[in-house]
Amino acid sequence: MFKILKKEYLANNIWLMDIEAPRVAKHCQPGQFVIVKMDEEGERIPLTVCDYDREKGTVTIVFQTVGASTMEMAEYEVGESFEDFVGPLGCPSELIEMPLDELKKEKILFVCGGVGTAPVYPQVKWMKEHGVDVDVIIGARTKDILILEDEMRKVAANLYIATDDGSYEFKGNGCDKIKDLYAQGKSYTKVVAIGPMIMMKFVCLLTKEMNIPTIVSMNPIMVDGTGMCGACRLQVGDEIKFACVDGPEFDGHLVDFDQAMKRQAMYKTEEGRAKLKFEEGDTHHGGCGQCH
Amino acid sequence: MEVDVMKRIPVREQDPKVRATNFDEVCLGYNKEEAMAEATRCLQCKNPRCVQGCPVNIDIPGFIKEVGEDNVAGAYKVISKYSALPAVCGRVCPQESQCESMCVRGIKGDAVSIGKLERYVADTAREQGIKPEPATEKKGKKVAVIGSGPAGLTCAGDLAKLGYDVTIFEALHKAGGVLSYGIPEFRLPKDRVVAAEVENVKALGVKIETNVVIGKATTIDELLNDEGFDAVFVGSGAGLPRFMGIPGENANGVFSANEYLTRSNLMKAFDDKYDTPIIAGKKVAVVGGGNVAMDAARTALRLGAEVHIVYRRSEEELPARVEEVHHAKEEGIVFDLLTNPTEILVDENGSVKGMTCIRMELGEPDESGRRRPVEIAGSEFTLDVDTVIMSLGTSPNPLISSTTKGLEINKRKCIIAEEENGQTTKEGVYAGGDAVTGAATVILAMGAGKAAAKGIDEFLSK
Ligand SMILES: Cc1cc2nc3c(=O)[nH]c(=O)nc-3n(C[C@H](O)[C@H](O)[C@H](O)COP(=O)(O)OP(=O)(O)OC[C@H]3O[C@@H](n4cnc5c(N)ncnc54)[C@H](O)[C@@H]3O)c2cc1C
Ligand SMILES: Cc1cc2nc3c(=O)[nH]c(=O)nc-3n(C[C@H](O)[C@H](O)[C@H](O)COP(=O)(O)OP(=O)(O)OC[C@H]3O[C@@H](n4cnc5c(N)ncnc54)[C@H](O)[C@@H]3O)c2cc1C
Ligand code: SF4
Ligand code: SF4
Ligand code: FES
Repeated sequence: MFKILKKEYLANNIWLMDIEAPRVAKHCQPGQFVIVKMDEEGERIPLTVCDYDREKGTVTIVFQTVGASTMEMAEYEVGESFEDFVGPLGCPSELIEMPLDELKKEKILFVCGGVGTAPVYPQVKWMKEHGVDVDVIIGARTKDILILEDEMRKVAANLYIATDDGSYEFKGNGCDKIKDLYAQGKSYTKVVAIGPMIMMKFVCLLTKEMNIPTIVSMNPIMVDGTGMCGACRLQVGDEIKFACVDGPEFDGHLVDFDQAMKRQAMYKTEEGRAKLKFEEGDTHHGGCGQCH
Repeated sequence: MEVDVMKRIPVREQDPKVRATNFDEVCLGYNKEEAMAEATRCLQCKNPRCVQGCPVNIDIPGFIKEVGEDNVAGAYKVISKYSALPAVCGRVCPQESQCESMCVRGIKGDAVSIGKLERYVADTAREQGIKPEPATEKKGKKVAVIGSGPAGLTCAGDLAKLGYDVTIFEALHKAGGVLSYGIPEFRLPKDRVVAAEVENVKALGVKIETNVVIGKATTIDELLNDEGFDAVFVGSGAGLPRFMGIPGENANGVFSANEYLTRSNLMKAFDDKYDTPIIAGKKVAVVGGGNVAMDAARTALRLGAEVHIVYRRSEEELPARVEEVHHAKEEGIVFDLLTNPTEILVDENGSVKGMTCIRMELGEPDESGRRRPVEIAGSEFTLDVDTVIMSLGTSPNPLISSTTKGLEINKRKCIIAEEENGQTTKEGVYAGGDAVTGAATVILAMGAGKAAAKGIDEFLSK
């Protein structure tokens, strides 16, 4: 069992939890993910490692409630435990595997969208700890749903916020902000875009035009997360890749986003039903703290 | 009970029409009278040929004799000397090509139902609470076993019986390997049989840590150098699915058999209480002809689909067990033989709307000795399906070999290990089962686990 040591509401249905998982905490690296299974009947839910404390043996996850399983997960409280917590899975971020002197020559811009801010945070923190300056754009619809702003400000060289409605800092989306930064005379040798697939797709369309190599972190539907089922397969260039073992990071200019988005929606009707069932409460789901 | 010595006592099965709609076990097994009657058919041969047909050389006449005398505890003790998973093997071993194929009774009549008797012994022993006995003396040495499939469970059980302190590390959240995630409930009940046999291995003192992916959460080198293990056995199986590489294969509605079976077996998607979804499909094509294909097909059928097996050779070459093909046909699965897919047709939402296939004929024999299937030009046609399950075989996962210095693999990505003792190219590291041979059988994996346990014992006794 894996105990919840901390739970915090960030914004916009996004929650943060610290989980006691010493083996994972000892080995995880930025860019990797875990799979959480709440109880016997639960799904296996992939979530990015958002921070870790090797001494305390804890791993931080940040998740948004989008369907039945994540909604149920948000009802778990400090002191309760998840039945299964496996990781780290996937490959560490490509950047942190680069020789440090080469990495320091790169000019890197991170672009995060929504809950994607969470997985970007450990990478930027790692960069700061290793003396690499990087810039970060956080894109959000509006000011109230921003997450991890203060944390990110402490580790980024420059943090730019872009809100669709202009309620905070720059008015526009992440792509608009990239163009704005270039208009101000900034330039980058690498972009890392992490967020909803649709946002990553548009960032990649732009950076391809601008000729900036771009890394994205893909979040397809997964089952085992160990390379056994192929549910997570993506078309990357001419090759079929399994996101759980070959990724989750890929060259964004090679990913077939349209196909990936269709695949992500595969269980939509099925899941819609599960969500309804959960909201209307006509079946026992467990984990609500009131009925078991 | 009357016995015709030439004919085996028939085993009771669920009616095909009924079972096609449920996930309960198809074969109901022998009861006491039936088992004792079948036991009388064994001639107690002095040189029992059946034993040579069993990869772990179970003393078959020995245990059948005890069954005949209604001594289940005695029979269980005999089998336990050779096998840690008799309830599993009695169900899923390809007996018709192993022990039973060699039985002298089979020359003129039916071979003795060795598998069904083995199952009877294991099931009855479990019901009576008979357990294997743990070791009394401890060796004071630690062995790590990677993977909790038949190879890992057997190796761990044997080492524990010798007094070693054994920990199994399993990547998934449940122990059992393919027994848990691959082979369906209706052929191998999970709680009643698999979990119970895993409990027996634990009763020998073996610890099982689930949710630990070796190569990610820790490595073999760390187990040996930092975590105090004296030897490691790798029984990580061959779980990597293959796809055909034809157009449309990433469409929604195309699954690997592994994904389909994992959703259904491990995640219990067929049961409404569980959260994991599965797309049942209305009309399903399963591509392939092995045990895995039969299991996927029969699972889809039980979820309510019309199911076609699409296989490029003829019935004679079907690699699946005869009993499984027979059961599949009885349940109403359609066999489209000498047929090969060339393209999956996709609609505007990215979902499968059909599959183009081409008819095949058999030509000259190939390296495997089977006649090579050749396309018949111009014979393409469209199979009207909304779901395609690819069951084209699997290969070992490179996760372990790529993170362990000095552990060598061959061209087929299999770990190189000595057959007689499981020794790999790295000192202190042993391997066996599908990880070494590629996808094979439960009993071969168990045999390899056994051989490696012996190898490890010799290595640690030096
Ligand atoms: C490697 C990886 C890392 C991830 N990291 C995070 C993270 O750090 N924080 C976070 O909030 N989420 C993350 N996700 C997504 C998260 O796993 C899904 O949001 C979650 O599984 C949805 O479960 P659910 O049952 O609540 O929703 P469902 O009911 O399953 O789905 C609700 C909606 O989300 C879509 N969906 C289903 N699965 C996914 C998926 N894997 N990714 C995106 N959308 C999906 C469905 O099509 C549906 O429209 C990650 C996914 C992967 C593969
Ligand atoms: C659907 C299906 C039906 C079959 N039907 C039959 C049948 O009827 N009769 C028969 O004899 N055989 C059958 N087989 C084949 C048989 O199941 C296998 O040959 C046998 O299970 C192999 O055993 P194993 O112990 O080598 O590996 P597996 O059973 O594959 O077990 C390997 C285990 O190792 C774990 N693992 C892998 N990598 C790691 C890692 N890095 N860290 C930790 N754990 C890891 C896996 O999660 C898995 O649990 C079938 C196979 C399938 C898939
Ligand atoms: S283990 Fe398999 S091959 Fe051996 S006797 Fe039992 S059923 Fe036959
Ligand atoms: S060969 Fe057949 S008859 Fe002879 S001992 Fe074995 S099971 Fe009995
Ligand atoms: S999630 Fe199963 S192979 Fe990636």
